[in-house]
This record gives sequence, C-alpha cells and structure tokens, in this order.
Amino acid sequence: MNIVICVKQVPDTETKIKVKGGQVDHTETKYVVNPYDEYAIEEGLRIKERLEEGKLTLITTGPERAKDALKSGLAVGADEAIHLVDEAFEGSDPYSTALILSKALEKMDYDIVFCGKQGVDEDHAQVGIILAELLDIPHVSVVTKLEIAEDRKSIVAHREVQGGHEVVEAPLPAIITAQKGLNEPRYASIKGIMAVKKKIIPEWNAEEIGVDKDMAGPGAAKIKFTEVTLPPERVGGNVFDEDPVQDAIKVAHLLRDEAKIL
Amino acid sequence: MFNPSLSNEQNALRDLARRFTQNEIVPIAAEADRSGEYPWELVEKAHAIGLINVTVPEEYGGGGLGHFEDCLVVEEIAAGCAGICSSFVTSSLGLTPLNIAATPEQMERFMKPLCAEPALAAFCLTEPGAGSDAASIRTRARRDGDFYILNGTKRFITNAGVARLYTVAATLDPKLRHRGFVVLLVPADAAGISLGKEEDKMGQRAASTREVIFEDVRVPVESRLGREGAGFRLVMDTLDKLRAEVAAMAVGVARAAMEAAVKYAKEREQFGQPIASFQGIQFKLADMAIKIEASRLLVWRAAWMADQGLRNGYESAIAKCFAADSAMQIATDAVQIFGGYGYTKEYPVEKYMRDAKLLQIYEGTSEIQRLVISRWLLK
Amino acid sequence: MSNNVLVVAETQGGALKKISFELIGEGKRIADQMGGRVEAVVLGHEVAGIPEPLGHHGAEKVYVADDPVLANYTAEGYASVLARLVKETEPTLVLIGATTQGKDLAPRLAARLAVGLASDCTGFEVQDGEFYITRPIYAGKATATVTQATKPYMATVRPNIFAPPEPDTSHDAAVENIPADIGDIRANVIDMIKEAGERIELTEAGIIVSGGRGLKAPENFTLIEELAGVLGAAVGASRAAVDAGWKDHSYQVGQTGKVVTPTLYIACGISGAIQHLAGMKTSKYIVAVNKDPDAPIFKVADYGIVGDLFKVVPVLIEEFKKMKAEA
Repeated sequence: MNIVICVKQVPDTETKIKVKGGQVDHTETKYVVNPYDEYAIEEGLRIKERLEEGKLTLITTGPERAKDALKSGLAVGADEAIHLVDEAFEGSDPYSTALILSKALEKMDYDIVFCGKQGVDEDHAQVGIILAELLDIPHVSVVTKLEIAEDRKSIVAHREVQGGHEVVEAPLPAIITAQKGLNEPRYASIKGIMAVKKKIIPEWNAEEIGVDKDMAGPGAAKIKFTEVTLPPERVGGNVFDEDPVQDAIKVAHLLRDEAKIL
Repeated sequence: MFNPSLSNEQNALRDLARRFTQNEIVPIAAEADRSGEYPWELVEKAHAIGLINVTVPEEYGGGGLGHFEDCLVVEEIAAGCAGICSSFVTSSLGLTPLNIAATPEQMERFMKPLCAEPALAAFCLTEPGAGSDAASIRTRARRDGDFYILNGTKRFITNAGVARLYTVAATLDPKLRHRGFVVLLVPADAAGISLGKEEDKMGQRAASTREVIFEDVRVPVESRLGREGAGFRLVMDTLDKLRAEVAAMAVGVARAAMEAAVKYAKEREQFGQPIASFQGIQFKLADMAIKIEASRLLVWRAAWMADQGLRNGYESAIAKCFAADSAMQIATDAVQIFGGYGYTKEYPVEKYMRDAKLLQIYEGTSEIQRLVISRWLLK
Repeated sequence: MSNNVLVVAETQGGALKKISFELIGEGKRIADQMGGRVEAVVLGHEVAGIPEPLGHHGAEKVYVADDPVLANYTAEGYASVLARLVKETEPTLVLIGATTQGKDLAPRLAARLAVGLASDCTGFEVQDGEFYITRPIYAGKATATVTQATKPYMATVRPNIFAPPEPDTSHDAAVENIPADIGDIRANVIDMIKEAGERIELTEAGIIVSGGRGLKAPENFTLIEELAGVLGAAVGASRAAVDAGWKDHSYQVGQTGKVVTPTLYIACGISGAIQHLAGMKTSKYIVAVNKDPDAPIFKVADYGIVGDLFKVVPVLIEEFKKMKAEA
C-alpha cells in the first residue's frame, strides 16, 4: 500500500496575525505542520501498522523552510519525503498548488492520498478536492473514520455532515481529507528525531515534474488576494461583577430589550 | 569558535518536550500538586517517546544523547511541573553512576531491563544525619563472603516507592568517611527493604519523597559499582554531571513563572490600563528575562562541559546556584505581579514559588554551591 | 457570457435550507448591479415543490435536475450536472453555500471548469464589472479581498452573513428541467449515521451556547444543553473541552473547529484563547460568563458576567423561560 500525505507548513495557530502593506506580515511567524495534516500523517501510520505493510511518503510544495514540515513528519514515522521546490511554485493559488501536487503524484505510485481538510492559514479548503479532480480519482472530504477493505481495493470513510455522519464507499486510489477526530496524532520520538538527520529529502523542481512556469505562481493564479486587512477590533461592552444572580437577570433583560433577541 | 545555537535535531527535541509538557503535564500539574499522588502514566508516556533515560547509551535502551540535550528536555518538563521533572532527573541520578562506572555485565543486568520498560531509578545518598556532609553517611555495607549486608536509613529519597532500582551509597565503616564509600545497585523488591513515611512537602509535591530503610539486605558483590572506597568519587562525579540538569529545572520553573506573569500583566487592568503598561511591572519582567537568559547560558555551558568529559565542578556550581536563586526570585516576583490572585491556587504562580524553593536546597544547597565556587577561587 | 448570477440551492429533508434564500438575496443584489438576473439550480429527486419558494425570494428562473440518481448528494455527480449547466448558461457568478455539502462540491466543480474559487466568502462588491470578494483568512484573524482571473466567478458563501429577502408570493420563477447526466460516480454514500435527536448546525445557528473548561466535568454540559434548549440554540464547546474529551470535535468552535457567526453567542466558562476568539468574534452579540474578571473573553463580550457559571447559568435559564412564557 503506497500512502502519500500532502502536508503544508502553516503559521502556528497561536500566532497573532499582523498585516503590513496589505499583506500578512510573516517576519515573526513560527511555522508548524498544518494541524489537519497531522491527522492525515497519523492515519497513514495507522494504516501501515494495521496492514503490516506499506510505505508512507510525504510531499509538500513550499519554500526551503517547508522542509521542516517534512522533517516533522519523518520524525513521527513517515518513510520518505519529497520536497517540491521551485521559485516558480511560490505564490501559487489552490488550483496551481493542486496542479503541482498532481504532477508530482503522476510520477509516484499511490493507492491512497491524504490531505488535511484545509490549511489553517488561508482556509481555502480546496486543494485536496481539486487534486482528486485533476488526478481523476474519487475523494472523501472531512473524514473522521476510515477503513480499508480486506482486498485493499476500496475504502469506507465516515464524513462529518449536518446531523451525523455519512458513510461513503470509494474505490482506490482515492483522496481523503482529514478532519480532527480522525485519530489522536502520536508524538515524534527522540529516536525518530535523530533518525531524520540521516534521511535525504529529494527536491523536485518544476521541470522535473513537468510543470510549465506559466502553470504556477502568481501569474497563473485563478484567484488573487488584492489586499489583506485586519478586522476591526471588537470592543467589549458592559461587564457586570457585583452579584452573579442579579447580574444574570440584568443581562437576560438587556438581551431582550436592548439587543432584541428572543 | 563560540556558537550557542541549536541544531535542527536539538530544536526538534526541544519542541517535542515542549509539546509533551503542554499536552500531558500542564493539564495534570495542579491536581498532582494538590493530591501528592504520583502520576505514573506520565512515566509510561515519556518512556514511549524517549523523554527519560536520555543520556543512557542507545545500546542499553536510552537516547544515547548528551547532558546538553537532556538539559533541553529537562527545562521544558520543569516548566510544566518541577515535581514531575524532579522525579525524572532523580532517575537519571540513579542511572548516571552506571553510565560512569558499570561493567558491560552490570549494564546488561541492570541498565538494559530498566530502560526497556517504563521504569525509574532512585539515588539513595541523603540520610537523617548526612545532608550537605555526604561523607558522614552511616548506612553500613558489611562484607559477608560474596555479599554485602546493607543496614541503614536513607531520607528524602525521591522516587522511593515508585523506583525499580535503588542506587545506594553506603560505607564499609563510618570512621573511614569518604574512603569507606561503596555504591551498590539494589533492586527495589530486594528482601529487607521497607519504606518510611511519605514526606508532606511544601512544593514539588508530585514527586514521591520517602525514607528507604535497609535491614540486612543481602547485595551480591557483583552489584557494586567501581572499587571499594571509590564510591565517594563516583557519587561526586554523578552529582557534577547532573548538576546542569538540576539548574535546567530551575530555568524551566523560572520561565514558566515569567510567561505566566507576562500573560497576566497584559490581561489584568487596573487604573484603566493593563498593568503591563506600568514601569514597575515592566522592570520586574525585564529582570526576569535577564536572569533566565543568563541562567540558561550557564546551564548550557556546564552541560556541554559534562559532555566533553571536562571537569565542570566550578561551572556547574555557578549554574546551579545562579539558576536556583534566580528561579526563587522570579517566582516570588511573579506572585507579586499577580497580587492577591497570585496568592491563591486559582493561578499556578504560587506553585512555582513553592517548587522553586527546593531548587535552592537539594542536590547541593545554594550555600554549598558557594563554598564550592569560593574553594576554586581561593585555592 | 451572461450577466446572470447562478445560485446552487441546497435542500435537506425535502426542504430548502436557509442559506439558499440568503444566496438568492445577495445574488439578486449583485445581478441588479450587473444588469443581469438571479437564477437558481436544484438537484435532487422529487423536488417539484422546491422552485416555488426560490421564485418567491427573487429567482427569475430555476433549473431543476430531478432524478433518482440525484437523490443522494455526490460530489462527482452533482459537479457533472452543474458543470454542464454552467457551460451552457454562462453565468457571471456562481454562488454555493459554504455548508458541508457546498464545501465538498465547489472545489470539484471549479476544478472541472478550471476556474478559480473563493471559499467561505462574506462580502461581494462590484466595481467596473470586476468582483471584489471578501473572505476571512486565518480563521477570521484577517480578511482578504479576492479577485478572480477566470470566468465565471465562483464562490462559496458563509451562512448567516446575508439576510434572506422577504418572500413575495406574487413573484414566480420560470422552471426549466435539465438532464441529470451524472457521469461516473465512484464515491457513493452507503449509509447515514444520524445523531440521536435533532441537532442545530453550529455554522447555521442563530444562537449558540458554548461551554469550556470552566464546566469542570463533562456531565456539567447538561447545564449548557438546558440553556440552549430554552433558547433554541446550538451547543458549542471550546477546544479545551473537546481536547479533554467532554464533547465530540464536531462541537468545537475556533480555529481548528467551526467558525460561527450567530446573532447571539453565549460563552460559559471559556477564557477566550486567541484560537477560540478567532472562531466566534464576528457573532453579533457575545455574552460571557466567567469567574475570572481578567479572562480575555470579556474584551470581546457585549455583556459579561463575572461569576460562577453554576450560579449564573441556572438564573439565565429561569429568566429566559419566564420571558418565553410572557411572550
């Protein structure tokens, strides 16, 4: 079973976002592996453990620093990692990102491909699904439970929908986008961290995977951010701190009379 | 060349320890402090990812890393709970004499099984009458053929009751003082070992601290580390090697106190503005940062020297003394910044203050460290 | 290329979801500016009654794909039908609800048409025939303005942002049946595991009552549920409560949970970590109950009560019950 996990390096969710010149200012950003990708990696590891065979390969597209995300995944137990890196890839929109990933995947063997359900930076939540369309394979998104059929040719996935869970069956190869709840990601181990030092992470550039320069980057973007702003600071209102019971009664009445709720 | 930056692996190691601390230790620290019950499941979790036994060679199931890396881990864990960290560091204290002096057979017999499973060691040196004056221990090891017969009482033994292995300092004859020292490896379930009362401590309450009483415990001669009479040196070398870790604990506690104070100072409003906007608070916070950064560099140097096999008695004494005294000051100031709230158990800073106090006392009091330092200066 | 706006309507249990009307309202506003009209499309089986309310809310035309093969939603099947319709009718803008279904469908459709997609949008502006679409990023810690280089423009729209228009029963839409040409479908729904009891979807709820670590124990969520029950509200949880295992992740509000925009958000025993605030800060009214007067949640709350939630919440329940009885 060849399992491929698409990972993204994103700013830590604890990061306070600053804007400078109409763009997000990343000078003080601490980067981490996208939290949803951690569920994807963990699920890949569990499948491999369950089936007692398989290979887990991580891929990412991003600048040099994105290698750290691959290393984190290797430290947790992934077998290999490939860095899709080229100046031409920088500033790609979700469609181009999916295209870059699809071109790399075309050079690889894959039975199941995982993505996080979304990157917690720009929150597009598109790449995994576009990737499925480009590879012409099925997808199941926001998956919280996954089983591989005994013949290893299909999957049954539970996905979070309104009022419950949908159970979806799909043949392999397929794309799964991971939702929180899918599993509890394990920690890396000291042994794993030290073993990363000895691993070589191949770099594939645009030419190697057959991405023309005009298929990626800002020039090819189908959507563009013209400006990023900070939302207006919300200003707090009345805080009551005298008598909890009286305060509660007051607030209930304010909600009815002032806010006109109820 | 001087280069105080961390490698990628060291950074990853520190991040791992930080994450583990945030997720596993911080949520239970207050409860473990309150109940004084030893959170054994943490040993299992830490063992699974290699956050204990960091300096034990890989072939015996440890991390195969240096004291420097150990200090990175220790600072993080101590930032979550000094009591839990104390327990882990004490286990290293129990195992380091093996790292230094064990024969390959002893490593196979004692170290390997201990590291293969979630298990801890304890370091039995202190006695009711022997604290700072370690050479005055009275626990006797009387030779009887191929055995030592061990008798005596050890006090304030961290991990007593939870450890699987006791590394015991004993004397062939108290009159010989340090020349009579032997270090013996004694399984916790050996016949004749009993536990005394559990200490009801001011701080570091998650760690189990008890008396260990040895009554006619038969210890095979092959369980002795090093030569007869070489035990005192071994004990001192062990303390020297681990002193950086104890100092790193102080850095962890101090950092946790500072981070709590910074966060609170930004949130807490008085006179219509966050208290962080007052210079009196700003200066306190800056002094915390100064002491922490300086402590950490001292710790790193002492640990690095230990890894290079250099004598670091002077440097580690400076690191331990400065870091512990700083931690106490910083935790006290943090409580001050929190004001009335800081004095309650609603917030963690009063715990930091109680925990920090012990750092000035155990593994060589701040006074003993000063004696060591001045001895170097005056020799 | 027409100047029309195409709204992909969504149904549940045979009825239109509120988001569909929200899209019609905003779609009409945009279409008026473009000199076009708002049209809608409905996919499903036995959906004969659906076009009428869409017409009442402003749709000029409703395309209907009514076929047993469309009874269950599939991304591949729905994308096939819609791709064909979009190619034929050439709308200038396609609007899809940013619901569980819409978020699954829209990227498939956009990729099939090789056009850009703006996700989870909260505002549309037209200037010189160019769309400037606003959407929150970093879970609302920042707002991006997006333009698209391809046509038609395509966007998923966050529920609860645009008010549904008042229905006009004299206004009817023309109905046109379109083929249910679903192509190959590989991923199929084989079962649906329903939750016990009706649950109001957080992202579409008008009122949300959330609980955090201040509840102290999972069983105390009954207090939150009781308050929610009185208000007809959805129940939410902080990440701390979810990570402690008190509530399933589908209840989590915040950056790695759901981003919500209700009219009223009541946070009980939630301190207000940056992660949580990012997910609920755009609520119209925020009420916070916390015993820590310095909790960051009070900085965003319209009404804050400093006090033990176990004292405060029962009083709120009683007061709201009384008000309901009076009304």
